[in-house]
Amino acid sequence: MSELLKVTHLQKKFGDNVVLKDINLSVKKGEVVVIIGPSGCGKSTFLRCLNGLEEIQDGVIVVDGLPVEAGKREITKLRQKIGMVFQSYELFPHKTVLENIILAPMKVQKRSKDEAIKEALELLDKVGLVDKKDYYPRQLSGGQKQRVAIVRALLMHPDILLFDEVTAALDPEMVHEVLETMLSLAKSGSTMLIVTHEMSFARAIADRIIFLDKGEIVEESSDAKSFFIKPTTERAKKFLKTFDYE
Amino acid sequence: MDINILREYIPLYKDALFLTMKIGWQGILLSLILGLAGAAILHFRIPVLKAITGIYIEIFRNTPLLVQLFFIYFALPKVGIKITAETCGVLGLGLLGGAYMIETIRSGLESIPVIQTESALSLGMTKEQTFIHVILPQAISMSVPGLLANIIFLLKETSVFSTISLMDLMFTAKDLIGMYAKTIECLFLLVVFYLIMLLPVSILGSIVERRMRYGQFGD
Repeated sequence: MSELLKVTHLQKKFGDNVVLKDINLSVKKGEVVVIIGPSGCGKSTFLRCLNGLEEIQDGVIVVDGLPVEAGKREITKLRQKIGMVFQSYELFPHKTVLENIILAPMKVQKRSKDEAIKEALELLDKVGLVDKKDYYPRQLSGGQKQRVAIVRALLMHPDILLFDEVTAALDPEMVHEVLETMLSLAKSGSTMLIVTHEMSFARAIADRIIFLDKGEIVEESSDAKSFFIKPTTERAKKFLKTFDYE
Repeated sequence: MDINILREYIPLYKDALFLTMKIGWQGILLSLILGLAGAAILHFRIPVLKAITGIYIEIFRNTPLLVQLFFIYFALPKVGIKITAETCGVLGLGLLGGAYMIETIRSGLESIPVIQTESALSLGMTKEQTFIHVILPQAISMSVPGLLANIIFLLKETSVFSTISLMDLMFTAKDLIGMYAKTIECLFLLVVFYLIMLLPVSILGSIVERRMRYGQFGD
C-alpha cells in the first residue's frame, strides 16, 4: 500500500520549550493509527502540526507527496486532503447543521449547492441525523454535534482524517455513538489518525498504536491487543497502569 | 402651553427632523463602513494601515465632535478644500462614529474563540473566507448591543450640527426661541421630536438583538 503521510525528524518548540522532538512516522492508505499518552505529552500538538495549524521548527511533513508548510498559501489546498475533528466540535453556531456541512465544499471546492446538499444528506442519514439538518448546533447534544463535525470533515473527501480527543468533552452515554461512527469509518477503509483516552476503543480500532510521552515516540506497536496486555517499555506500562482500578 | 403655537411650529420641526435624520443616517452608514474596514485591518494586522487606523481612532475618540466639525467646516477651506455644511455634517459624524464602530466590531471579533478560526482553516478555507463566512457574522451579532448604543449616541450628537448652521432640530428650536421667545413650547417640541427620532431605533434595536441571540447562540 502507498504511503499517505510521512513525518521525518519533526521538532516543535514553543519558545525554548521543546514539545515534540524528532518524531518519525509514516501512515499508509487505509491505516488507522491511534496515538495515546499522558496529557501534555504533545499528542494534540502533533495533530495540529500535521495540517499546518502549528509551525514546526525542524523536520518535514509530507502528505500525498506534498510538504505541509504552515503560513504558506498552498496550505489551504493541502488542508482539503486532511480532515480534522476537534474535541470541542467547533461547529459554526450561526449556521444550521446543513449549512455547516456544505459551507467549505461550496466555498473551497466550488461544488454546486445541490450536489453538496445531496451528499450531505446521504452522510447525515448514515449517522442518523438527517432529521436534524435544519437545527442549529445549540439545539443538539454533544454527541450529535460531534457526529455533525465528522460529517462536515468527510464531505471534503479528505485522504486522511485527524481526530483530536473527540470524545473527551462528551457525557459517557454520548461517547458510544461517536465511537461507533468512527469504527464504521475505519471499516470502510478511511485513513485515520486518532488521539484518544478511550483505551478499549483504541484497542478495537487501531491497526497501530503509538505511545507518546514527553514529546517523543516511546513505543510503537502494530499489534494493539498485545500492546495493551504487555507493553514493552516501562513508561508505557506505567501509563497503562493508571487506567486500572483493582 | 399654547396648543396653537405647537400646531404652528410642528411643520418647522418636521423639516428639521428630516434633515437631522438624513444627515444622521448617512453619517451612521459611513461610520459602519469605516468600522468594518478598520476592524478588518486590525484583525488581519495589515502593516502600515494598522498604524494609521490606530492613530485615526485615537484622534477622533479623543476630540469633541464640535471641534472636528469646526475643523472640517472652517479650517479645511483655508487650504482650498470646500464642502457644504451637509457634507461636513455627514463626514464629521461618520468619522467620529467610525472610530467607535471599529472598537465595537473589534471587540466582537476578539470574543470569538481562536479555535473557530482553526476549525474553518482546517476545512481548507482561506483566511479571508474564514473571516467573511465564519468569524464576522458571529462577531457582528455579538456586537449588536454596542453598535446600537453607538447609533443612538451618534443620532444624539447631531445636535451639534446647529453650530455649522445646519437647520437641524436643535437649530430650529434655538432659532424659534430667539425670535418668538416661546421657550416652553419650543423645548417641549424639541424633546418630543428627539424621542420620535430615537425611540423607534431603540425599540427596533432590542427586537433585532433578541432575535439574533435567539437564532444563533445560547448554549
